Amino acid sequence: MSFHPKMAYDATFHKSAREREDEGPPFAYTPENRARFDAIVKRYPPESRRSAVLPALYLVQHQQGYVTANGIRHVAELLGITCADVEDVVSYYSMFYTKPAGRFVLNVCRTLPCAVNGAERVTEALSAKLGIKPGETDPTGTFTLMEVECLGACDRAPIVMVNDAWHECVKPVDAARLVDDLRARGEIVLSGCHLVVEREPR
Amino acid sequence: MDPILIKHVREPNSFTLDFYLQHEGYEALKKALTLKPDQIIDMVKASGLRGRGGAGFPTGMKWQFVDKKIEPRYLACNADESEPGTFKDHLLMERNPHLLIEGCAIGCYAIGAKVAYIYIRGEFFHAQQVLEHAIDEAYARGLLGRNILGSGFDCDVYVHRGAGAYEAGEETALLESLEGKRAQPRNKPPFPAVVGLYGKPTAVNNVETLCNVPLIVSKGPDWYTSLGPEKNGGPKLYCVSGHVKRPGVYEASMNITLRELIEGHAGGVRDGRTLKAVIPGGSSVPILLPDQLDTQASFDAIQKAGSLLGSAAIIVLDDTTCMVWLAENLLHFYRHESCGKCTPCREGTDWLHKILRKIERGDGQMRDLDLLSNISANIAGKTLCAFGDAAVTPIVTTLKHFRHEYEAHIKEGRCTVPADWRARMPVGAH
Repeated sequence: MSFHPKMAYDATFHKSAREREDEGPPFAYTPENRARFDAIVKRYPPESRRSAVLPALYLVQHQQGYVTANGIRHVAELLGITCADVEDVVSYYSMFYTKPAGRFVLNVCRTLPCAVNGAERVTEALSAKLGIKPGETDPTGTFTLMEVECLGACDRAPIVMVNDAWHECVKPVDAARLVDDLRARGEIVLSGCHLVVEREPR
Repeated sequence: MDPILIKHVREPNSFTLDFYLQHEGYEALKKALTLKPDQIIDMVKASGLRGRGGAGFPTGMKWQFVDKKIEPRYLACNADESEPGTFKDHLLMERNPHLLIEGCAIGCYAIGAKVAYIYIRGEFFHAQQVLEHAIDEAYARGLLGRNILGSGFDCDVYVHRGAGAYEAGEETALLESLEGKRAQPRNKPPFPAVVGLYGKPTAVNNVETLCNVPLIVSKGPDWYTSLGPEKNGGPKLYCVSGHVKRPGVYEASMNITLRELIEGHAGGVRDGRTLKAVIPGGSSVPILLPDQLDTQASFDAIQKAGSLLGSAAIIVLDDTTCMVWLAENLLHFYRHESCGKCTPCREGTDWLHKILRKIERGDGQMRDLDLLSNISANIAGKTLCAFGDAAVTPIVTTLKHFRHEYEAHIKEGRCTVPADWRARMPVGAH
């Protein structure tokens, strides 16, 4: 009910009139993830269990690929906080997905040092190859293309973060090949962090 | 100066405990545990160590301010390294993690904390794995945990992974995030040294800062101050990126000049190009021009030259860089990363970005330039944290030095400095 002159009494865009979003499938941690969760919670003072909300959400995302309302409820119950508290956190941080994402999430850094080294062209090449715009997932559900802000490896620009792994010094001409390589052989094709001198050359 | 902090980073297995112990690792911790906590704080104060995260605040003072009457106390290590152009902590954590762990343990001992949390940004998952492995190694050898080296001192170090928020690098926002909330800053005072994590006294220190502490303890404050100019002692890591031949992390004393870093270490701008501008301390600081290259790269000298050393992230830009595009790129960053707590910053960054996009596209009007200045002036200094000031800096500084580029965009209705590394699509097409 609103007394605002421009909002009709039968307005359906009012929050209370909105239908509940899809809650996703029922969710509970697997025994392994539950054990991980129990170990993480011990790092924080007993009265501050809420501190574990970020690691707990990572476990949810790791288990089912994205964070659903049921996942949020599970975390809230385990930590003794409200669902709103957890949703508040999920909606703030950019690394939690609230919709299913592709098997490979291609995060292209777009901030200044990467951009002056051609990151915009890398995004264009990936976008053209996949036929999707940044922020979208391809119809097969294999790739999601994202533009993200500074990833903190500006000496190896441009950077593409694929899920949690890194691919460095990406040239626009090589970007399309990365898609084929990932599809064929998975994350093994990524360069990783160049600092790791122990790794066998690719 | 020969590298100290990153001396061994290119050697195989430099991240392992065995390698670290072979190179005098944990000797500083052993020595520290024979001293009184106050003696360590005095040493750090005497060394003049200034915070490497951006503000350059003296670390010893920060530790002294930690309220020693209240238990428990905490140490929070800021490993959220998110300032565009900064990648030094990444290198330290991935290739020399035990130095950070030793620094955390000494820091805890000095302020009387029993727990240190290392808040690492979510994108550094590979560095987090290295760091966690190193912590496990340290526990296994009794260098962390209960009764460290038989001294009766207990210390736990935990890694806490963030989830993609630039604002978490602000010290009070980091504490909020660590408490399981949105990374939004708190009002100051009270400062974290009095009311910090869980309302308890907390020291928040950058990774590189804590990595300097073992050096000070083992080699003494006099050695440390002798490494650089007055009040700017010790080794410093510089991150050089952008249009240079050899971008990377370079370690030097703060006697070095920007020219030596950019033209010497990093090899200068690419052949056939000329230097247009340098951002000396991450995207949040004012631009320096080529005629200021002989400025010493120390906190005080850069400030005198009209900018800030910040996190020592030197972004080099050559003549292909359009300054309107640069401001638009950085405001896209700040608009995305504004935490939304203070209205001037939350709304203002979006307005600024929209106006810049309009000018970059060629639809700008001359009065937009005054509007940019006006909005900027209404954000700077009117927010809880320094983010507001940081966000408007790219605009204020480009308008000051490159106003003619803005005017050319507006007069000609297009970008006047198109570069081959830019997107082919017009700005905002996707």
